[in-house]
Amino acid sequence: MTIATTRTQAPVVVDQSKCIAEKGCTVCVDVCPLDVLAIDLVSNKAFMKFDECWYCMPCEQDCPTGAVHVNIPYLVR
Amino acid sequence: METIELEYDVVVVGGGTGGPMAAVKAKEKNPKLRVLLLDKANVKRSGAISMGMDGLNNAVIPGHATPEQYTKEITVANDGIVDQKGVYAYASNSFSMIEELDRWGVKFEKDETGDYAVRKVHHLGSYVLPMPEGHHMKRVLYRQLKRARVEITNRVVATRLLTGPSGEIAGVMGFDSRTADFYVIKAKAVVICTGAAGRLGLPASGYLFGTYENPTNCGEGHVMAYHAGAELTNLECFQINPLIKDYNGPACAYVTGPFGGYTSNNQGERFIECDYWSGQMMMEFFNELEGGKGPVFLKLDHLAEETISEIEHILHTNERPSRGRFHEGRGTDYRKSMIEMHISEIGFCSGHSASGIWTNEKGECSIPGLYAAGDCASIPHNYMLGAFVYGKFCGENAADYVAGIEQPRFESDKVQAERERIAAPLSRSEGLTPFQVEYKTRRLVNDYLQPPKVTRKMEIGLKRFDEVREDLASMSASDPHELMRAMEAYTIRDCAELAARASLYRTESRWGLYHLCVDHPEKDDENWFCHTNVSKAQDGRMVFRKREIEPYIVELNAEEKAAYQRLRVAGSKTAVAV
Repeated sequence: MTIATTRTQAPVVVDQSKCIAEKGCTVCVDVCPLDVLAIDLVSNKAFMKFDECWYCMPCEQDCPTGAVHVNIPYLVR
Repeated sequence: METIELEYDVVVVGGGTGGPMAAVKAKEKNPKLRVLLLDKANVKRSGAISMGMDGLNNAVIPGHATPEQYTKEITVANDGIVDQKGVYAYASNSFSMIEELDRWGVKFEKDETGDYAVRKVHHLGSYVLPMPEGHHMKRVLYRQLKRARVEITNRVVATRLLTGPSGEIAGVMGFDSRTADFYVIKAKAVVICTGAAGRLGLPASGYLFGTYENPTNCGEGHVMAYHAGAELTNLECFQINPLIKDYNGPACAYVTGPFGGYTSNNQGERFIECDYWSGQMMMEFFNELEGGKGPVFLKLDHLAEETISEIEHILHTNERPSRGRFHEGRGTDYRKSMIEMHISEIGFCSGHSASGIWTNEKGECSIPGLYAAGDCASIPHNYMLGAFVYGKFCGENAADYVAGIEQPRFESDKVQAERERIAAPLSRSEGLTPFQVEYKTRRLVNDYLQPPKVTRKMEIGLKRFDEVREDLASMSASDPHELMRAMEAYTIRDCAELAARASLYRTESRWGLYHLCVDHPEKDDENWFCHTNVSKAQDGRMVFRKREIEPYIVELNAEEKAAYQRLRVAGSKTAVAV
């Protein structure tokens, strides 16, 4: 095995108490141009799976419950 | 990895700006056609206008501008290297497109008499029309797609075109970025609307996805067209833009200019007469940045409170709305401080420069059945409205082209080869990651290709890109998402090689900073007043040729021709960096 895991802080944050992914909502996952959000299969909540963000904000804008917040990625801010 | 086979009359690749328009117009022309709009993201929020647009930068509206005047402006802004027919075709259809968008529900700024509130930003004429409520662009387009009954497939990355016995378009191949299913889509015509090649240079922040362009747009259309045998043009005319430093989005002088904002040096002085993005403007920007009077800033702190509030409303709700959040994090308030600016990484984007898949004034490419519109196609300085107008041309002309022709045959071994290329990274559990290969390619682009261009550096770059080609064959992907990044690494490498070879071919300097060659510092109209086209030879090499500039349809006088050479404010000395 020659593949390492490098950790990064994800710029998109999902408020688990507001996210309604368990009710079948996938809006933020659907609209992301880079396809970097996903639904965690254990918690049934949305999360940022890949740190490949354009900080463009459709995920935050289109979330029906205001659960998503886009921070500017650390390297950029 | 299943193989999914589909068949359509017209496939539009890319659902951002020009793509939805092309698909709608093809269906309007002939509602019986089977039209598919393919997007690697989701059409609802894809492309450069994912969050809308803050204004039209090239509105040609009667009473404010004429198609002739606009054609002149773009001719001089682009150093004379234009197909005027293509620019004129845009300009004379610009107003009817604005009216159609207006009917569709797009909100443009109007004055108290109901006339469009056009502003002046360009050097000669007035073409800027603000859209303070322009955040709804994608919703308006989506409604039209549904109304016209266009079929949509999201999350499929197109990778290669299929061609028939005479080199004509026969379809498109790609894969699903969530399942890795392989797609073979038969089509009689394909319209490419894949946007800029915006993931070519590495942003100064070092964040791979912190690009000026939507990073989804990495040049797939350019590369697909190239490998199918179509010609690309003027690739050495790089896109380099003046942006908010680190944030890497527009500052944005087009919006703030008419309100009294301007680009200044570190002493708060204006140094360019006109903030319209041209190669010459970028040259002056670069000189100021590097010449001791940098950094360069956007200056708004002299404006009245109500003006600044209005600017904030436009800039922080449209196009790149996270601008406000970025400024907040740094403690930058337009009222109190200037905004530090920097130049962007390089890319291919006809929206602001002049490079791309070659098309004529009908949107046709150099192989039958292929059309291209928007930032990936070659009509210069086309911006959003140009993508709509050419999307319309492409959709309508593709609809006419497919009428009465049969689906061309294609070779099944081409399909098999592409299936194997796509399947390979997923089959390897060890190897280089797509992230590593992409990072290195783009870092090399910055090291060796960024202007000022140096012959020796370009040659070293090419040698390195050859090595990267070998690295591509050892990439490993752990899931379909990473497979998408792996295939994008192929695309980015091809674009890097095209950029270097195109830069070496044109042995002069032109378009200000875009093609500033240290070894050929002068503009050479005798030998290089022409386009340069590249295509793929039988043996796989990149072959360049000069393409003549067709006689102008709108003549320019000497003073007009030199307008964009006089951008430095009189009395403001250049401290030349190079």
